[in-house]
Amino acid sequence: MDAPLKEQITNALKAVTDPEIPVVSVIDLGMIEGISVEGTKATVQVLPTFVGCPALELIRKKIKDAVEKVRGIDYAEVIFIYNPPWTSDRITEMGRKRLKEFGIAPPPKLLEKEKEWSVDCPYCGSSYTLMENVFGPTACRSIFYCKHCKNPFEAMKPVFLN
Amino acid sequence: MTSVKNALEARQNKEYVSALTELLFQLADDDFILAFRGSEWLGLAPHIEEDVAFSSITQNMMGHAFMYYQLLEQLGEGTVDELAHERSGKKRKNAIMLEKVNGLGTYLQSPKFDWAFTVVRHYFYDVNKKIKLDCLQDCSYEPLKHAAINIRKEQYYHLVHWETWFKQLVKAGGEAKTRMMVAVEKVWNEFDDVLSLGPRGEVMANYQLIDREDVIRQTFMNTIGDVFENLELGPLPKLKEMKKSGRIGEHTEDLEKALATLTEVYKKEPSSSW
Repeated sequence: MDAPLKEQITNALKAVTDPEIPVVSVIDLGMIEGISVEGTKATVQVLPTFVGCPALELIRKKIKDAVEKVRGIDYAEVIFIYNPPWTSDRITEMGRKRLKEFGIAPPPKLLEKEKEWSVDCPYCGSSYTLMENVFGPTACRSIFYCKHCKNPFEAMKPVFLN
Repeated sequence: MTSVKNALEARQNKEYVSALTELLFQLADDDFILAFRGSEWLGLAPHIEEDVAFSSITQNMMGHAFMYYQLLEQLGEGTVDELAHERSGKKRKNAIMLEKVNGLGTYLQSPKFDWAFTVVRHYFYDVNKKIKLDCLQDCSYEPLKHAAINIRKEQYYHLVHWETWFKQLVKAGGEAKTRMMVAVEKVWNEFDDVLSLGPRGEVMANYQLIDREDVIRQTFMNTIGDVFENLELGPLPKLKEMKKSGRIGEHTEDLEKALATLTEVYKKEPSSSW
């Protein structure tokens, strides 16, 4: 009985998005670490992307509301946990694709320390890009400029265990 | 020492929990007050990209303080909001250097803040913060270890940022270098406190909460010493002994004024949610 309910919860979470990136779900961002169900109570363990992200409380509420709408669940508890740590390679392939469609370059993989990361322009695909600012409008984003199509764009900052 | 999994386990040992609490207050209060000083630069940084970067760093740092206060909340020290807003200066454990004003004027009245001082203070602070976070990867208190792993992911970018500013301004020569050297002296004169773990440092080390203070100090001196050498700034001067220490709740008027400002809204309506 437990498994299908968990599946329904997972499906419900596929519709919960980060308020600042409304096209990518918390599942695709790799933020959901665990879902457990006891009777009619669900517990969702969530990994924050950035510790001080001001969107966290909104995300908590959105997850709670979505899970409590699942038939068979009366109460949902959302717990932020810090182990394992969230890293940007937890973002799924689908998540990377959606970010790009939204105009945000997905985070570069396999970052080598001390090395400039290379990010392709989400609009024209060119790698002829320049990092303008590693810090962006939100904690998780950086600002770039494409020298090929001359568009400014944002990229998800790579977050890794250093 | 076997690892301690949660607050409940920590509270079984009074000496352990008291050393842990002390360390957490130092870590939290350091990040908290320096993040506040950073927030005062909003809209005033030297250029627009720096404004974006500095406010992002500041927001992260406030997040780090929040995380440490959360761990204190779990240990029964009060809620996060109470810890941030309701403690008087005497109860704060931040180092004195971190509470110092950014320069002349205030945020609201003719702010003539000192960018060189800010760069040096943040850079030196972040070098030391990185060393501490490295130690905390082996901390016996698991929730703190996990917090440190998460904080270090973000702090990596902060350190790169301040290091870039520091090196570029020093290498620029001219007025930039002159002002940087004045700032280095000012920060260095009162930096001893930042490197201190307070009177209970030894107990912290014995319980494998963090490395011994002398080990951390040595790593810091070696790191900054190398930077000085590479930039041809000569040998590192000795750190001065300080008359007061924030680690035992001794502070300056700068902290009192900062607390009055940052708690103003909270005190009007303490029950409101944030």
